[in-house]
Amino acid sequence: MTFNSQGVSRRSLLSMIGAVAGAGAMYGAMSTMGLAQTSNFAGRLDLQGDAQGTRVLVLGAGLAGMTAAYELRAAGYQVTVLEYREKAGGRCWTLRGGDSYTELGGDTQDVTFAEGNYLNPGPWRIPSDHYAVLDYCKRFGVKLEPFIQVNYNAYLHNSDAFDGQPQRFKEISTDFRGHVAELLAKVVDQQALDADVTEGDAQLLMDALKRYGALNDDMAYVTGEESSAYRGWAVPEGGGTTGKPEPSEVHPLSVILQSNLWRNLTAGDNLHMQSTIFQPVGGMDQIAQAFEREVGDLITFDAKVTRIRHEGDSVTATWVPSGGGDEQTETADYCICTIPFSILGQIDHDFSGRMSGIIDSMYYASSFKCGLEFKRRFWEQDEHIYGGISYTNLPISLISYPSTDYFSDGPGVLLAAYSWGAGSYQFNALPPADRIEAVLDYGSQIHPQYRDEFLSGVSVGWHKVPWVLGCYGIWADREADYMDATVMDGRTLMAGEHISYLPAWMEGAILSALDAVERLHATVTEA
Amino acid sequence: MNRIFMLTAAFAALTLPAAAQEAGEVVMIDRGGWFEDPSRLTQSGGQQVYEAICAACHMPDGEGAVGAGDYPALADNENLMTADYPIYLILQGQKAMPPLGGVLDDTQVADVVNYIRTSFGNDYAEDPATPDSVAAAR
Ligand SMILES: Cc1cc2nc3c(=O)[nH]c(=O)nc-3n(C[C@H](O)[C@H](O)[C@H](O)COP(=O)(O)OP(=O)(O)OC[C@H]3O[C@@H](n4cnc5c(N)ncnc54)[C@H](O)[C@@H]3O)c2cc1C
Repeated sequence: MTFNSQGVSRRSLLSMIGAVAGAGAMYGAMSTMGLAQTSNFAGRLDLQGDAQGTRVLVLGAGLAGMTAAYELRAAGYQVTVLEYREKAGGRCWTLRGGDSYTELGGDTQDVTFAEGNYLNPGPWRIPSDHYAVLDYCKRFGVKLEPFIQVNYNAYLHNSDAFDGQPQRFKEISTDFRGHVAELLAKVVDQQALDADVTEGDAQLLMDALKRYGALNDDMAYVTGEESSAYRGWAVPEGGGTTGKPEPSEVHPLSVILQSNLWRNLTAGDNLHMQSTIFQPVGGMDQIAQAFEREVGDLITFDAKVTRIRHEGDSVTATWVPSGGGDEQTETADYCICTIPFSILGQIDHDFSGRMSGIIDSMYYASSFKCGLEFKRRFWEQDEHIYGGISYTNLPISLISYPSTDYFSDGPGVLLAAYSWGAGSYQFNALPPADRIEAVLDYGSQIHPQYRDEFLSGVSVGWHKVPWVLGCYGIWADREADYMDATVMDGRTLMAGEHISYLPAWMEGAILSALDAVERLHATVTEA
Repeated sequence: MNRIFMLTAAFAALTLPAAAQEAGEVVMIDRGGWFEDPSRLTQSGGQQVYEAICAACHMPDGEGAVGAGDYPALADNENLMTADYPIYLILQGQKAMPPLGGVLDDTQVADVVNYIRTSFGNDYAEDPATPDSVAAAR
């Protein structure tokens, strides 16, 4: 049992709260005590104490910067935000018809998607345990809808297995489970687990395995009604004279194992992918726009920060208009810096040697996404795939089907590639038109309709994004450096996804900003 | 479903150059030898490796790029005077640049280092990188 600072045990404190204030208060208390939640979002900030008109400069208007700006203003601070781009949101970004995106090197892509269609080049799904993101969505009126992560009718594909033909997730999943359950049942039957499982438990385990693996009464995983009820039928269940179904053939265990398709069976079981997860209706940048409605008046756009200097009790950022022009400066009492370290390391700054070393040693992961628009939703119309993700060993790595507007007649957009590592490096190195060609080639191996139905595409290689130079920050030595990076350096606190244990998640960006705001406020009010 | 699978097999036979031709006038990069291994780059030769990975940020002619931050130009770059520095950066990464020793082998690293040291206006042919010197720096 753990004790709080007053020395009252956690459980007795909870029962006291429960007795006095009812279940709602008890749940709230459980949450703040870390029992009932996984994100460390401790509820909305309620900063007490006089900010005394303290000026805070926020660098970067991504979600971390805008969270800081919103909370600081609410607590009475004078806030100014400098942002390189012409709009807010940073990586929380959506590309839709009419948008134009120019990457480093100068290639411009004009997006021609139909009304309502979009690509989220960065964040695309919100886990249900990311309480801070979800709370801001609720507060700011961002409408959310389910994001389909797992679809049993989507494909698992390996160009070297099943003659390169994609397999339905439900077939591979059921076969893998069935065979594993059968094997384990045999081991139990041979009493090989006696040392680990009591006799009573062994019987329960057999019952569980039969159910889990869709085994028959002989505890075998075979072609038949039991397995087809999960993996699908060769002739489907129907009505009238042709109603009787025919079971589908199960694949032998060795075929499943050698196919390597089991690799992606558990993707949706990951803590942050577990159903139900969400996306904003209309594109991820609905979150960015909602924040911008709250704090847009504090932001100077098209402002490229080029120098950061601390002098006495103040901090000054020098900036130039992003399109070129005269230098300007902004001075404040404190700074919250959310500029990605990939860029901050190149800015002329006077942070401590320790902080500079940490900034310079953080490198950024490579990532690539491509959205393709097709004339019709052939994945729905021909293949009965409604949302979800197909996985492949091809360089595109996955295809994600839209989790919205099912059964609509017009054109639809697929996330047609989401690559990391070696594949992503090469996509980043190709010009935009070549990337689309490559993605069409690979995708055609899974959906042969690609070439006939293709309308247009847009792609984002994250190392070519001018304002982040990569996907997310990776620590050279997180154990050694993390806490030092959170320390106030001069008058500046760092925030952003990189200052979190939820890197590459919006939740991490927001939590880091909330933590920085609380610490800044403590510094100001305790001074 | 079976019909779709038969079509899939037919389309899988399409070779990359044939598909590229379908796109018409646009001149496409020859992707033969690209994307062959999901976990490594398989191109060989300094220029080929450069074009498949380095060019993304340092640009095809080594001119670098400027956004909210910069990608340094490799053209006319005195930091390339010795091979050790680019070898170190390629293996360790720095700032936006990830360590690339996991996707490139010693020969690829040596070849690409020698390529950038003798291209884009650089003339540092002496003391070239070798697979051994790269291995020693890992
Ligand atoms: C491919 C990809 C997939 C992702 N998927 C998900 C997902 O599914 N779910 C999820 O929750 N998260 C996801 N993320 C992560 C999420 O996008 C980030 O964690 C979050 O948006 C980062 O917010 P931030 O405020 O820390 O940084 P940013 O959003 O990068 O904000 C930094 C801001 O600083 C500005 N800036 C940079 N340089 C300067 C300068 N010199 N002067 C002034 N301003 C400057 C930038 O323009 C930018 O607006 C994904 C990210 C990527 C790239």
